[in-house]
Amino acid sequence: MKKVIEKCKKAEVYMYLIPSMVIFSIFLFYPFIKTIYLSLYKTNKLGEAKLYVGLDNYKSLLSNPSFYNSLWVTLEFVAIVVVGSMALGLLGAVLCSKAFPGIRVFSTSYALPMAVASSSGAMIFKIILNPTIGIVNKLLHVSINWVSDPKYALICVAVLTAWLNSGINFLYFSAGLGNIDDSIYERASVDGANAVQKFFKLTLPGLSPIMFYTLVVNIIQAFQSFGQVKILTQGGPGESTNLIVYSIYRDAFFNYRFGSAAAQSVVLFLIVMALTLVMFRVEKRGVKY
Amino acid sequence: MSTIATTIARPKTYSAEELQALHLAMNAKAKRKKMIQKTALVTMNLIVCLFMLFPLLYTISVAFMPSGELYTMAMNIVPKHPTLENFVEAFHKIPLVRFVLNSFLVAGSITLGQIVTCSLAAFAFSFLNFKGKNVLFMLVMATMMVPGEATIISNYLTVGSLGLLDTYIVLILPSLTSAMGIFLFRQFYMTFPISLYESAKLDGCGNLRFIVKILMPLTKSAMGAMAVYTFINAWNMYMWPLLVTGSDSKRTVQIGISMLNSVDAQSITLMLAGVVMIIIPSISIFIVGQKALIKGMFSGAVKG
Repeated sequence: MKKVIEKCKKAEVYMYLIPSMVIFSIFLFYPFIKTIYLSLYKTNKLGEAKLYVGLDNYKSLLSNPSFYNSLWVTLEFVAIVVVGSMALGLLGAVLCSKAFPGIRVFSTSYALPMAVASSSGAMIFKIILNPTIGIVNKLLHVSINWVSDPKYALICVAVLTAWLNSGINFLYFSAGLGNIDDSIYERASVDGANAVQKFFKLTLPGLSPIMFYTLVVNIIQAFQSFGQVKILTQGGPGESTNLIVYSIYRDAFFNYRFGSAAAQSVVLFLIVMALTLVMFRVEKRGVKY
Repeated sequence: MSTIATTIARPKTYSAEELQALHLAMNAKAKRKKMIQKTALVTMNLIVCLFMLFPLLYTISVAFMPSGELYTMAMNIVPKHPTLENFVEAFHKIPLVRFVLNSFLVAGSITLGQIVTCSLAAFAFSFLNFKGKNVLFMLVMATMMVPGEATIISNYLTVGSLGLLDTYIVLILPSLTSAMGIFLFRQFYMTFPISLYESAKLDGCGNLRFIVKILMPLTKSAMGAMAVYTFINAWNMYMWPLLVTGSDSKRTVQIGISMLNSVDAQSITLMLAGVVMIIIPSISIFIVGQKALIKGMFSGAVKG
């Protein structure tokens, strides 16, 4: 009898983990393995693995200029987004680092893009950037067809994404600035440092602990952008905004090439994994935010 | 600077009154400088803030514009004859109420579900000892490395073969737990001494009761942060609902609203009116929950 109770107690411990673990198993571990499996097969239109082809899907990716284009475009996109969203977040945080009347309204505004969905944001930008009635063209007195011009399309999607992602960066940087001791600024003032010097010599180094963390989080997030591309450009014009996630989507659901899409998913996973490992490394080193 | 230097260098040449006067003058000067600095700061903030909010403000403005007014080459930032017609029209053109209800149901269930599953798991990881604890925890943390987009095809094929496409279950189920939530709660739970748990147990308090009566009330800020963050993300979900919903009856707002997109050129004002309406819930929750979000995100995590 006692043994049974003991056993029950032991089992009870795992009960608390079951809900999470079951969901992780069905929707994360299993599809993860299945994706790798699919990437080694040719599939039919229903996505059933039909013919084992080994690494052929990867090989054909590596010989496909479209894949390199997609990787390159994604890199460009990520670079613009990360720089833009971090700069916007930092600007807001610096402007709100000292108390002044109305600070709460302003800090809420800077964080607000967090609450805007990528799809809603994309629809807003679609109108703003409209070649005939868009407000951007009217304000700048130009007539540029922003999202249909291969020169500008990627930048437009990137600026939109930078705006959407800037909200959370504002929160990160605000928290980071809050951790910097105010007295070093006072001492610098006494020594005659101007605002620019203070920013580069005190603020930026003071933010370095969270800077790297924010950077990695931003890169990972930018890699996963989808809704913006789907609504604003559909990967075009040409393939100039065919980001990797959109390329996966297109391969799987328009071309029904699930094997190739799975192979691209594995590539995306490898990139994100590498970045996450870097982040954990840095966190372990004792970065506090 | 130089005035201070001379004052220090030759203190005796000043009488007490003169010193007092000098003090006042310096104070006034410092005050004026502060005033100017503050005004400059507020002005800068106003400019940057207007720039950041411009897309949203412009959207609101266009939502109130009669569609004829938008189609001019003239500058038209503010509607001359504001109208509510776009909002009314948007309700007629697409089943917006249905979409909003769907989104509330889905995002609400996901939020509630995540709080339950994550706090249960975090409890086990921080208060209980069992075989394979570390391995399991590492496994949970490892899921953070797998981007949802990388597994989305397999997930789609799985739910398709289970015949779950276009149901509420398929929208909710995959998001019912998250590694980030487990991690966040665990960070908070780890700040409680294990003796709290042990003494509760001695008093005959079961594990579940301990979680509900003691842990949850003590970690309200973490739960608040989780709730705000999860709800907004679930409300804004796009790729998964796009793939798995097919009928109006199950569509969420983000997918539903894109139906207004590219219907015809006349519907631009309509579309933005729709966008305004679906942004309001997430923005309201964000504004209300912002404090909780910041507190939960940055206080618990630091102590861990």
